[in-house]
Amino acid sequence: MSVSLGEWLNDESPTSRSQARFSSIYHGWIEFKANRLALLGLIILIVLVLVAAFAPLLSPHDPFEQNLANRLAPLGTDGHVFGTDSLGRDILSRLIYGSRITLYIVGLVALIAPVAGLFIGTVAGYIGGWVDIVLMRFTDIFLAFPRLVLALAFVAALGAGIENAVLAIALTAWPPYARIARAETLSIRRSDYISAVKLQGAGALRIITRHIWPLCIASLVVRITLDMAGIILAAAGLGFLGLGARPPSPEWGAMIAEGRRFILDFWWVATIPGIAIFIVSLAFNLLGDGLRDLLDPKSGGAS
Amino acid sequence: MSDVQGIDIADLNVWFGQGPERVDAVQSVSFTVDKGASVGLVGESGSGKSTILRAITGLAGSWSGSMMVGGEKLGRKRSKAFYNKVQMVFQDPYASLHPRHSVDQVLSETLSLHGLKDIDRRIIKLLDDVGLGTAFRFRYPHQLSGGQRQRVAIARALASEPSILLLDEPTSALDVSVQAEILNLLSDLRDERGLTYLMVSHNLAVVGHLCESVLVMQNGQIVELLSIEDLRAQQASHPYTQQLLKSSLGFVRDVPRQT
Repeated sequence: MSVSLGEWLNDESPTSRSQARFSSIYHGWIEFKANRLALLGLIILIVLVLVAAFAPLLSPHDPFEQNLANRLAPLGTDGHVFGTDSLGRDILSRLIYGSRITLYIVGLVALIAPVAGLFIGTVAGYIGGWVDIVLMRFTDIFLAFPRLVLALAFVAALGAGIENAVLAIALTAWPPYARIARAETLSIRRSDYISAVKLQGAGALRIITRHIWPLCIASLVVRITLDMAGIILAAAGLGFLGLGARPPSPEWGAMIAEGRRFILDFWWVATIPGIAIFIVSLAFNLLGDGLRDLLDPKSGGAS
Repeated sequence: MSDVQGIDIADLNVWFGQGPERVDAVQSVSFTVDKGASVGLVGESGSGKSTILRAITGLAGSWSGSMMVGGEKLGRKRSKAFYNKVQMVFQDPYASLHPRHSVDQVLSETLSLHGLKDIDRRIIKLLDDVGLGTAFRFRYPHQLSGGQRQRVAIARALASEPSILLLDEPTSALDVSVQAEILNLLSDLRDERGLTYLMVSHNLAVVGHLCESVLVMQNGQIVELLSIEDLRAQQASHPYTQQLLKSSLGFVRDVPRQT
């Protein structure tokens, strides 16, 4: 039996679980590839990850090296493609190193907040009764505070630093996810397929994690990607107030905050990191849209 | 005395909500289904047919009365052993399968929940039994037709090798030609495995095909028990049943048909 890889992947009736899995990943990839914008988003993010990984090789200068004689150099200055900031540091190098911090913040928040929200929302929605009331009022309390103010309070209590900033942002970001997850859960918990698995003797934990979570993830992914820009900016805001990334650190938001002082005379100091944030959030949005199409059970897979 | 291995329901009341919002869906219903028998439950929409099935499986709201099913007296909670003996097929195959689980996932999860070994072999056998074949094993529900979905749902219900199958209008969401296939499948499966059926339907022809006797329900109560012969002969004593039988004949015109 000699079958080519293409035939093996395109087989209408796979013979094993692994073949079925590879085949559905392959078809998902083909479908995803057809969405040019989502592919663009994915490429931008892959580039960002590579830049962050190889930052020391890619950056022309030390991001912390100051040169006050050459401060606020304009774009295209010899040796400084994106110019220099108020302390004469190379903006391009700072951007490249800053991508590490951005990825770190976004990655950790995206890992903590949606998972916590998903867990609280689905448990509240599925179990209902007083569990629902307690968890949702708890969520309401978090929702009632302005996000940045609450994050400020957390950082003030936990101490300044990028880890605590991440934790504070995650703690303020989960309530919308809990709301979405609960709404999704309420709409599916009475459905026949949930009843059917109950009739097989499945417990609440299995139903929530195996049957409800997969259906909530599509809408959460969309929400996460929409939140990414806000998360980067919230981290920047905390840095600006001296509660997130500390001054020498090349965090993009802190760079904008620093350049804010000379925005009229030396616009690029704030604009270049702003464009970087814009491109990365756009990439997240495009990717999120593509993923949503892919995760949607009604359109997913080849038909 | 009824056979204890079948279904014996006495004075069952089922209600939803409390206080002024309370709705009594089923009121003092008693009936028995002997082991190996096949009984239909007919009546109009909202007469409480499906609620009885849901009460038996523990999915319905509050109930009182006594239920003996498969030799087990039912309490508030259903045991794992109960779900081994009693399974249900739902009305709408488009709603009863998880949209993101493949046929293989549905069946293997069911089998492992029942603590059965040798899952691969059993899945192939189950698919074969319901006439699907292994080609459908890794398909997702959106890649299946309504009839194929209902076959998967039947396979899932049969996975734990139950002795009692509760059928909640298993064919009403399907088109007519597929209905016949599913009914034949159900009737073959019953012959092979000696299953006990309790089937809800509003379609008398479907009940007539699969059942030996029929319980007629109206407004949450059982008004009559008919044998299938009486049903065919249109011999009903209760006025509601007579009306139901008359309407099942379809729209009768007095004008002779033109050709």
